[in-house]
Amino acid sequence: MRTEISIKNTKSKFLDKVEELSGENIYACYQCGKCSAGCPSISEMDISPNEIIRLVQLGEEKEVLNSKAIWICASCFTCVTRCPKGVDLAKIMESLRQITLRKNVDYVNPLSISKEVLSQVPQIALVSSLRKFSS
Amino acid sequence: MKISYFPGCTLKTMAKNFEDSALASLSSLDIEMKEFKRWNCCGTVYSLTSDDLIHQVAPIRNLIRVKEEKDTRVVTLCSMCYNTLKRANKLVKEDSEKLDKLNNLMDREDVKYNGEVEVLHLLEILKNEVGFSQIAKKIKIPLKGLKVAPYYGCLLLRPPEVGIDDPERPTILKDFLGSVGAEAIDYPYETECCASYHTVVNVDLVVERAYDILNSAINRGAEAIVLSCPLCDFNLDNRQKEIKEKFSDFKGIPIFYFTQLLALSLGLDEKVCRFELNFVDPRPLLRSKHLIGEV
Amino acid sequence: MSRIGVFVCHCGLNIAGTVDVEKIAKLISDYPGVVYATDYMYMCSDPGQDMIKEVVKEKNLDGVVVAACSPTMHETTFRNTVASVGLNPYRCEIANIREQCSWVHQENKKKATEKAVKIIEAIIEKLKLDKSLIPLSVPITKRALVIGGGIAGIQASLDIADSGYEVVLVEKNQSIGGHMLQLSETFPTLDCPQCIATPKMVQVGQHPKIKLLAYSEVEEVSGYVGNFKVKIRRKAAFVDWDRCTGCGLCMEKCPVRVPSEFDELLSKRKAIYTLFPQAVPNKPVIDADNCIYFTKGKCRACEKNCSVKAIDFEQKDTFVEEDIGAIIVATGYDLMNKAEISEYGSGEYEDVIDGLQIERLLCPSGPTGGIPYRPSDGKIPKEVVFIQCVGSRDPEHYYPYCSKICCMYTVKQAMLYKHAVPDGQAYVFYMDIRCNGKGYEEFLQRGIEEDRILYLRGRVSKVFKDRDKIKVWGADTLTGRKIEISADMVVLATAMIPSKGAKKIAEKLRLATDDYSFLTEAHPKLRPVESLTAGYFLAGAAQGPKDIPETVAQASGAASKVLSLFSKDELSHEPIIASVDEEVCVGCGSCVSICAYEAIELDSLTKKARVNPAICEGCGACSAACPSGAMQQNNFNKRQILEMVDAFTKD
Repeated sequence: MRTEISIKNTKSKFLDKVEELSGENIYACYQCGKCSAGCPSISEMDISPNEIIRLVQLGEEKEVLNSKAIWICASCFTCVTRCPKGVDLAKIMESLRQITLRKNVDYVNPLSISKEVLSQVPQIALVSSLRKFSS
Repeated sequence: MKISYFPGCTLKTMAKNFEDSALASLSSLDIEMKEFKRWNCCGTVYSLTSDDLIHQVAPIRNLIRVKEEKDTRVVTLCSMCYNTLKRANKLVKEDSEKLDKLNNLMDREDVKYNGEVEVLHLLEILKNEVGFSQIAKKIKIPLKGLKVAPYYGCLLLRPPEVGIDDPERPTILKDFLGSVGAEAIDYPYETECCASYHTVVNVDLVVERAYDILNSAINRGAEAIVLSCPLCDFNLDNRQKEIKEKFSDFKGIPIFYFTQLLALSLGLDEKVCRFELNFVDPRPLLRSKHLIGEV
Repeated sequence: MSRIGVFVCHCGLNIAGTVDVEKIAKLISDYPGVVYATDYMYMCSDPGQDMIKEVVKEKNLDGVVVAACSPTMHETTFRNTVASVGLNPYRCEIANIREQCSWVHQENKKKATEKAVKIIEAIIEKLKLDKSLIPLSVPITKRALVIGGGIAGIQASLDIADSGYEVVLVEKNQSIGGHMLQLSETFPTLDCPQCIATPKMVQVGQHPKIKLLAYSEVEEVSGYVGNFKVKIRRKAAFVDWDRCTGCGLCMEKCPVRVPSEFDELLSKRKAIYTLFPQAVPNKPVIDADNCIYFTKGKCRACEKNCSVKAIDFEQKDTFVEEDIGAIIVATGYDLMNKAEISEYGSGEYEDVIDGLQIERLLCPSGPTGGIPYRPSDGKIPKEVVFIQCVGSRDPEHYYPYCSKICCMYTVKQAMLYKHAVPDGQAYVFYMDIRCNGKGYEEFLQRGIEEDRILYLRGRVSKVFKDRDKIKVWGADTLTGRKIEISADMVVLATAMIPSKGAKKIAEKLRLATDDYSFLTEAHPKLRPVESLTAGYFLAGAAQGPKDIPETVAQASGAASKVLSLFSKDELSHEPIIASVDEEVCVGCGSCVSICAYEAIELDSLTKKARVNPAICEGCGACSAACPSGAMQQNNFNKRQILEMVDAFTKD
């Protein structure tokens, strides 16, 4: 199957939204792959971090928003520290999560967390998890 | 020295061993930690979207309260609190429009905030104001022969503009270990992420990360890990139960807060270390090194 | 009896690691004719050379053998060494025991040592028969010929002329300027090429030391370095340029309209025309193939309207001869014809254009005033696809080499397109982006970040017309996707090839070229602006794809080589050349036909071969070809070679 690329992709609302929310120029990424090379969680991701940006550049909204990868990213800032172009990928990942969360769609429903887990984990884990995963 | 202190939530609950050992140590170093009034949750994670101001209210309100008590500096122990407060503070220092809006969003705070409070991590105080060489002079029980791998995690170092050390080759914990007489173990995972909050719903991910980190340190000869973040601590310490279930070769390793090692080396009563709150009991190791007494 | 000294070099461990140098020195000292032999760590070092000088004086040597590296490395060094103490430099020989012995026989040290001894003995035998030679002196004409009036030729001409020497600049078109004058803007600074090049053109036109022969071509070159004779054809312009005032009325009145080559066929010109308004010289020519008078026998509208009676339908080609000392070849480039690429439409789609065509569309002084209206219907294209490496880096079908400038001009073109059409989108299909000049990478990133050019990593497989769109089928190997884009216009960065006339000129000048007719430099690293033939220098894209800064630098480099040649009053020529024994020569002419330099001719009276010593390069082809043995190479004569063979083959 061919992927049709047109001005609808390159000037899409989705791309504008990601740039607005993250404050980053998506086109600044030149696909060197250093983010993926250093990402501690890449083995659990379905789409590698650099490819996430690439898909955003190509305006592939659905594929990006449906990916597991954007939720696996734990904002460890390793990529941010090392990116030669100064692209803050953590901010881009957060905007992608926010686009879903702001539709009142939770990635993790707070009510689904068991009492056992609640009593076990420290507050910072719980609060940060819900900050990242629920609307 | 007296300094305003922000404990954060976890230090008052699961990480009492962190707080108690810190407060006792600092008092013996003549530093008074003044817990400021009416502090609230820092927000735990710094909000990364440009339009999200509401999540900056919590950290900035804390800084306003520090200012209300006429203090200009606040110290934290928890890496996550440090990072969130420091980044929020940086944001308002650089963006006056957002600062104005945040001031307007406050409710019972009469003081107008201008970004004047300095956010510090305790390690910075120890390094820059007490001085590691001074600590070395004050210790009574050098932790001789104890091989400890420093674990920095993410938020002490990254992003670089708020990190307390070189994000790729940090030395502050190693230098700290040197000052208390322990041997620092060099290993490649000292700044790798432990998978953080994934511990709530994706324990598997944390187990993988923690196993890699701990095993790397063990293979380089570490007998213990030292760190400064209660969430990293939970993942590297408490999750050893799950690590053992998944990886049969995993041997286990005690995890210390750096303040526990400090208290121990200063010769304080072992009780302030609250070792009973550590998931992997470090006392057998300490006994084997004759650093604490027999039972 | 000879008095020969032999000096064996260790070259660190390069030789001594394999060959037993001390043993050789001992063995050789007993060889007939040798009065002294020694070894030393580095003969080429100052102490090594000093040692040779001392021994030459002390032992009163009449010949020196240095057993060391290849003569291409240090023959000159050691010849100068012995000359400094009064020995004829041609009485110093190099025995190559490194490249031809120690380096290739590291696995067998004993045999390597034996071979080194034989090499030295053979050279000693040659040396015994070596004559003391004196280099020839040849007078030099201090006038340069520059072929090609593009930016390379312009720069080289100005550099030489500004240094006080005369230059004859030959340009095949009616104006100098070359491709640079067609360009929109230049990367990475976006200077207007017309603004920066026309002052140089005017300088050429006005320079008292430059004889500008526009609308002319080099017909024939004879002679040799310092003393060339060049015949130049001045093509009939059918306009008397001496009378013509350049008023332009003739062009206005001409009824013919044919596609303009200068505008890359995107506009029409007249049959009497100049290339562009700032042309130098600003004089028109009549294109006889399209002129109504020449084709149908009537019209003469231009003539009727020329108040100074400059139109001359009877004008014929004329020839001039020039005495020249050095020649710079700056014949430039063309783009590969897009019609050759069938998967991109064989040149049949009007809206699939090449790199120079888009330059004309984007040029503020171009046919569309800088707005890139597409050729088919004049609409403003909203989506433009740029395809790089069209014909380049394609060894299977077209050219294996990288055309070097396309990455950068594509960024520039996409950027200028976006400046002209802010709501448009530019896509670039690329394999690698090569930005290896100062400010180039930054320029690319600016294009991507600010002008949002979408780069897609992959070659385009096919381009076809789909109603008023051009469909592009490509790939994005970064995501592994097949990509389809419905473009309004497609720009092909077609391969850079030598200009149309370049091959013919290279043949006329007998210059070496590569498989694609780019001129070959004497050494790719250390002699990049010289040809293999003495007296010829290379500048610009005629030698290989290059951009403007590199072209200008190379042109100045070639000019400085010419100036260094002109700084001497006489040229010194190697005396190791062929000479004829007239007693033996039968005048068969084998040597004449085999000589690559045309250095030999048969004397019209005596019918004996005669070598022009100033042209002979001493290659030895004639002496090998001579059936009678009359042709011999100085210090490489037949007897010497046989003595060397004997020395090698004796037990």
